[in-house]
Amino acid sequence: MSPEQLIDFVYEEAATLDEMRWEDWLALFHQDGLYWMPLEWQQQDPVLQPSLMYEDQLLLTVRVERLSGERTFSQKPKSRCHHLMQRPRVLSLGQEDGIYRLRTSFIYTETRGDNLERYSGWVSHELVEVEGALKIMLKRVDLINFDAPFGNLQLFI
Amino acid sequence: MERYRGNPRAVENLVQGHAVHRDVYVDREIFDLEMEQLFPNSWVYVGHESQLKNPGDYITCKIGHQPILVSRHKNGTIHVLHNRCPHKGVKIASEPCGNTGKFFRCPYHAWSFKTDGSLLAIPLKKGYEGTGFEADKASKGLPRVENVQIYRGFIFARLSDTGLSFEEYFGDSLSTIDNMVDRSPQGEVEIIAAPIRYMHTCNWKMLVDNQTDTCHPMVAHESSAGTAVSVWEREKHRFTETPMAVQLYAPFMSPYEFYEGAGIRVWPNGHGHSGVSGSIHQDYDDVEGYLDMMVEAYGETRAREILGDIRHNTLYFPNVMVKGPVGILRNFIPIAVDKTLVESWAFRLVGAPDKIYERALMYNRFINAPTSIVGHDDLEMYERAQEGLLSDANEWINLRRLYEEGEPEDVTEVVNGTSERQMRNTFYAWRKFMVQGMDQKVEASA
Repeated sequence: MSPEQLIDFVYEEAATLDEMRWEDWLALFHQDGLYWMPLEWQQQDPVLQPSLMYEDQLLLTVRVERLSGERTFSQKPKSRCHHLMQRPRVLSLGQEDGIYRLRTSFIYTETRGDNLERYSGWVSHELVEVEGALKIMLKRVDLINFDAPFGNLQLFI
Repeated sequence: MERYRGNPRAVENLVQGHAVHRDVYVDREIFDLEMEQLFPNSWVYVGHESQLKNPGDYITCKIGHQPILVSRHKNGTIHVLHNRCPHKGVKIASEPCGNTGKFFRCPYHAWSFKTDGSLLAIPLKKGYEGTGFEADKASKGLPRVENVQIYRGFIFARLSDTGLSFEEYFGDSLSTIDNMVDRSPQGEVEIIAAPIRYMHTCNWKMLVDNQTDTCHPMVAHESSAGTAVSVWEREKHRFTETPMAVQLYAPFMSPYEFYEGAGIRVWPNGHGHSGVSGSIHQDYDDVEGYLDMMVEAYGETRAREILGDIRHNTLYFPNVMVKGPVGILRNFIPIAVDKTLVESWAFRLVGAPDKIYERALMYNRFINAPTSIVGHDDLEMYERAQEGLLSDANEWINLRRLYEEGEPEDVTEVVNGTSERQMRNTFYAWRKFMVQGMDQKVEASA
């Protein structure tokens, strides 16, 4: 994969979220892929240190199906989101372990009804190639103010 | 116009047993009185000993709206201090936790204090000679909270000079803390990381009520726990065992009959818990090696007794919930009448397998985080209630489920698990601690 293809993938992933194409978004994950939102600065361990999110495909599927549920009252009205991203930095082309690594600076906006919240940080992607397509092994979202108390953050950064 | 300050009867009338007036949730003066009366009159959780391992370690918190500093002194004693310089009122410690070394030093004029709060030094002190400074409160150092009790590592403080003793205030409710600590083979729990913090735009008592509200999970959490169950039913053929995550989510969907039978226990002074003879925490997988450790530490009978006590949520009045079998403490910190900061702490059982702490952390982020789908369900309900209560069509919140006329207050009782008995119990205590000392204040100002 060329750096351009990797960068395009990161932009496309954000587009699936901004366009609320949840199923398409889920399909970008490897079957063993994980979404991680740490609760510590430069956190190393997602299991024995507290995180805001650390979820596999099963749990991400629950989130996606919940969003469209008839009795999902916290989505009446529905939320929308917007990712504003700096050009991703390609950190590794996977020469050693077959994992492509990128890091992208972002401003994320989530709205619901009259409310609008902004979050800033960095998203790190670990991608692998499966039958010619890129898949997410790990999407890690480090918020600049991970330790601040937020209200409901219902969609996906 | 002040309707409640100096008018204890008006405050008492807000609690009618089977109903409470909406002002307890939406009125600013009532909130101010909670800060002035209820919180100072109560024993409030301020932190855990494990956060203060070494001399000079400190944590900051609040009792009501008052800034508090908890400090480990060089001789090992723990002191609860008012976090304000006796000079100009500057907060001495501004971070949630840290180590100050041998002394605290005010960043404004360099007044310094020993870690027990006593005054250490003032620069250019001769400027106070012959001024009568020795008689000032300022000369005494950081004001110390005198009523402090550490129970199995949990630090509580009461600001008011008078009131119930710690033992009288908590009584048998301390058995939940006992159970959580006893679940460690070494009889010790510890905090080793920051809490999950979650801002709620609602009154703090909405969260208090919810802790023993067993008629909401299958309704409000149908979207989260219900979806988890349906996704799992569809996907489970791909798995060889039920993931920990599914074990944590699925029991929320238990039917009314389950919660009815599980029971609720109330104690005097507003404390109480759901899950007396069963709870949503009862069917988690055993963690390999853990039972053996417990049997070795306590003997077979006692070990099974400890692990068989699967209480759901224990509310420690006024604003803390402890979930013994999972190892979680939630602190509902009032910020404003319609704003509450929730800090949820996971405890590590010292000497127990890592898997148990992993489960506590997972539960905490599933249920108590701003990114938690169960949390989304609950907060949506609190926010809607906070707005809905502004309707003048009905000024009362109904708490009549399984109410009996003449229901005794300040007793220990086990009742049907879907009763709103514990919510009423909380409000009987709320009424008592709100007006305690109010008559004297009225007389003093007359």
